[in-house]
Order: sequence, then C-alpha cells, then structure tokens
Amino acid sequence: MKKLIIWLPVISAILAIAVEVLMQNGGKHITTKQPYLVYLLIGFLVIFTILTIMSYFNAKVKAWLKERDLFIAVAILFLNVLNIVTKKLALLPVIYFPSIDKIVSVIVEDREFLALCLASSGKLLFTGYFFGAIAGFATGIAVGFSKGAGYWINPLIRTLGPIPSTAWIPIVLISFPTTFSASAFLIALAVWFPTTVMTSSGILNVQNAYFEVSSTLGAGKYYQIFKVGVPASMPHMFIGLFNGTCASFITLMTAEMLGVKNGIGWYINWQKEMMAYANVYAGLIIIAVTFSILITLLFKVRDYVLVWQKGVIKW
Amino acid sequence: MVGEIRVEGVVKRFPQQDAEDVVALSGINLTIKAGEFVSLIGPSGCGKSTLLRLIAGLNGADEGKLYIDNEEISRPSYERGLVFQNPMLFPWLNVHDNVAFGLKARSIYKEKKDEVNKFVDLVGLASFHKSYPHQLSGGMAQRASLARALVNHPKVLLLDEPLGALDAFTRMNMQDELIRIWQERQTTMIMVTHDVDEAIYLSDRVIVMTPRPAKIESCIEVKLARPRARSNPEFLNLRSKILKILNFAGDEKEPNYYL
Repeated sequence: MKKLIIWLPVISAILAIAVEVLMQNGGKHITTKQPYLVYLLIGFLVIFTILTIMSYFNAKVKAWLKERDLFIAVAILFLNVLNIVTKKLALLPVIYFPSIDKIVSVIVEDREFLALCLASSGKLLFTGYFFGAIAGFATGIAVGFSKGAGYWINPLIRTLGPIPSTAWIPIVLISFPTTFSASAFLIALAVWFPTTVMTSSGILNVQNAYFEVSSTLGAGKYYQIFKVGVPASMPHMFIGLFNGTCASFITLMTAEMLGVKNGIGWYINWQKEMMAYANVYAGLIIIAVTFSILITLLFKVRDYVLVWQKGVIKW
Repeated sequence: MVGEIRVEGVVKRFPQQDAEDVVALSGINLTIKAGEFVSLIGPSGCGKSTLLRLIAGLNGADEGKLYIDNEEISRPSYERGLVFQNPMLFPWLNVHDNVAFGLKARSIYKEKKDEVNKFVDLVGLASFHKSYPHQLSGGMAQRASLARALVNHPKVLLLDEPLGALDAFTRMNMQDELIRIWQERQTTMIMVTHDVDEAIYLSDRVIVMTPRPAKIESCIEVKLARPRARSNPEFLNLRSKILKILNFAGDEKEPNYYL
C-alpha cells in the first residue's frame, strides 16, 4: 500500500481526465475552442508518470517526489472537484464561477495582451520600488547615524509613515502630471516607510563595540557608516525591503484599479466590469505567480548578500 | 623604540542619575615603557578596563592627561590596537577581509596586501582565509581578531581580557602565542586580566589595582627569564604576593588548613 503512495499524483491525474472526458457537462458554461483542461491534465499525467518511473532509478527524484506526492495528488484532486462543481454539475452561479477550461483558455488565447499588461505593471512597480528603496535607505541611514537628521525627520516618519499610501490616491492623482508618475510615487511611498524604519532601527541596534573596534583600526566616520553600520544592519534592511515589497503589491493593484489605464490590476477591474470572470481569475493567477516569483527572487538576493548569516524569515 | 604610554593624574567619573558620580579612576599616574608587557589586574570595579579605554582613546579623562610617545591621546587611532574579550569580528566579512579591514580603512590595502596573508598565517589561520566568523571556534576567532589588530603595526596593543572566554588549554596556547608575537614584534602590550597566573606568566610588570577609590595599589616587577615555568618557586612566590594584596584589598579570609 505504502509503495503506491508515490503513484498517487498519476492516479489523481487519470481520475481527473476520466471525469473531464466521460462526465456530462451541466449548466450553460461557455465551451472553449480547444479542450484546454484535458491538455493541462495530460501534461500533468505525462510529467508525473515520467517522474514516478524515474524515482525508481534516481534517489534525488525519489526524495523530491516523496516529499510532495500527497500534496500534488490532492492539488489535482482539488482541480477535479472544482471542475465537477462548476462545469459538470453547475452547482455555483455560472457567471461568477467559470469552468477551469475557460480560465485556461483565457490565459492561452489572451496571452499577448496579458503579457502587455504585465509588462506595464512591471515597469510601474520597478520604477516606484527603485526610488522608494533608495529613498528609504538614504532616510534610514541619515536617521540612524545623525541625531540632527533624526530630530527633523523622525516626526515626519511617525506621522506620514503609518498612513497607507493608497489613502493618498485622491491627492496624488491630481497633483502629478501623469497617472504613471502618480502611481510610481505611491508605490515609492509604500516601500519607503518600512525600508526607512527597518534601516534606521537596524543601524541603532548595531553593537557599539563594532564601531569602537573599527575606530581603533583606523576607520574614519564615513568608513564606519558604510563599512560597519550598513552591512551590520543588512538583515534588518531586508526585512524592511520584504515588507516594502508586500506593500508595493497592494499599492500597485489599488492604483491600477483606481486610476492607471493599463496593467494587470486594471485588466482585472476592466474584465470584472464586463462580467468576464474567467478573465478575472486568469489575471489573479498571473498576479499570484508573478508576485511569488518576485518575492522568491528577493529572498535569493538576500541569501546571496547575507551568506554570513543564518535565515531571518523563511520563505 | 616607540610606544611609551604616560598617564598623568587621570580621573574618570561616570555620572549617575539620582546618585553620586561613580569614580572609575581616581588620580592615576603610570608610565609604561616602550616594548614593555604590562598586566592590569584587580577585582571588578577597580577601573582597569576604564584605564584601557582611556589609553585607546575611546573615552576622555575628566582630569589629567594621557600621552603616547609624548603626544597627547585625544581619539582612537590604529597606533593603539584593541582586542576585546569577545573577538568582535565583523560577521559579514570572512577572516581575510576582517584582517584587511584596518588597511582598507586607511586605503593602503593595495600596497600591503601581503601583510594580510602574513598575519593570518602568523596566528595559524592559513587555511581559514575564506571562513566566516560563525564558522570559527572561540580560540580561532580570537586569533583572527589579534591578527586584525596586529596588521596595522600598532605601537601599543591593548588587550581587554583577551583570553577570558577561552577554555584552559586554548588559553595556555594563546598565552604562548602572545609571548611569541610580542617577542617578534616588540610591541608595547597592556593587558587587562582577572587571572593572576596569566599576568605573572606573560608580563614584565603586574599592576595591581583596587576599587573604591579606584587606584593603583602596587606595581610588581616580574624578573623571571622567559620561557617561564608556572611551577617555579619564584613564580609561586609572586603569585601569593599578588593574591595577598588583592585579598587585603577585599575581605579578610580565614586561612585554609589541611586536615
């Protein structure tokens, strides 16, 4: 029995294909040009059959598969159940809960337009993120090292910081020349606050002995700031950047849904208004995948920069 | 020879909230010859670490002055290297870069690259150039921090209980290493320690300090040839002499009897 567990993903995929092919469709789901769900499931079936067979010869594949075989099987089963509930039995309102087939078809057939939206969202996100992070580092370092800067800037951070940057939308959208610059500013603001707070608190928490040692080694003030204070507070900075990344996603989506006339957030909002819920789900799936990849990348960078340190947040 | 330290009438007070100032040093006069190995010993609160920090230039004296080679000490300098009890290696730099820190800070790393290798090898870490501090044992980390201070060719090396956190065997090894480096480099060494044996084993002179008021009680010359044996009668003699001074300063104790 235990030996069969490794085959569960394959069995689950076969079951899902059987249901999709053999079971009668119910309700008024729109039919797609191609049987995309069957393609997708056959893809899974082929991949997991190959992996399962390989696992008998390759210890690495076996370990990988053993760790997640149950999860994969249940995930495919979930798709299967979803398919039954929507396309097969139409138990949920058809207009709000389209078939998986339809969602996959949107991703495939609308891919060029989706890619354009994604690109324009990406451009906006990176512009805002870049300036927000730079400003955050600069403010954080200034506040962390200079009492004078702290005196003037801290009240500003304390009053402006906690305001969600999306709350500025009504003001910002009318005060900037373009919606792009306005939204980039909002994203920068969202990244700026956590980066500043974590950078300055990181610097203030650096053990004084590090500065003392460096001064007896001949380091001047600026050398101490950039070669002792900054690297020592790197772990905190990355927490700030991580929080800033999450805040920037929220701001990006809100800004696109409210003002900007392109991007993936705008796409979702637009499709919602057209009652094309399959497209809404397609957009959400693309957002989930993209943002997850971005955060993974951030953690890869952190692991590279902080090789000298053991993990702070696990992703 | 360079590296003579002169302390003239130094007073250091630490202000307290709602209480009288704590007098960490009350009128210290002391001259340490160039190339001498001196230990500061005494119970906690006798101001020995404070004195070391003043010589390093990390704190300023409230009264009196400190000089190195007749030049007043006003701020920290690479000429007075400091090694703490905790190695305080920069955790984000590997051993090589930690040792190179001082040279890079003074922008002379390019010309003196070989020095880094020399000193890393000198403290016996030749195969650990690329290791990060968290991968080192306590003794290895302390060696690295010694190399980091030495690579600057300080006139004076200040050691604040440098071997305090090490186990007994590593400690004895490191003592021999310190002596070897001192004999090779002729650097003035000033070491704070709690360990009477260590002080006698290493130093030319043991300076015994007492608290309340924090002052120098006596200076004891150790006129034993090196290498020294810890079981030498004169060694034991000095040991009981210092212990007596320290006990006298603290509570009187009943002698121990053999039953």
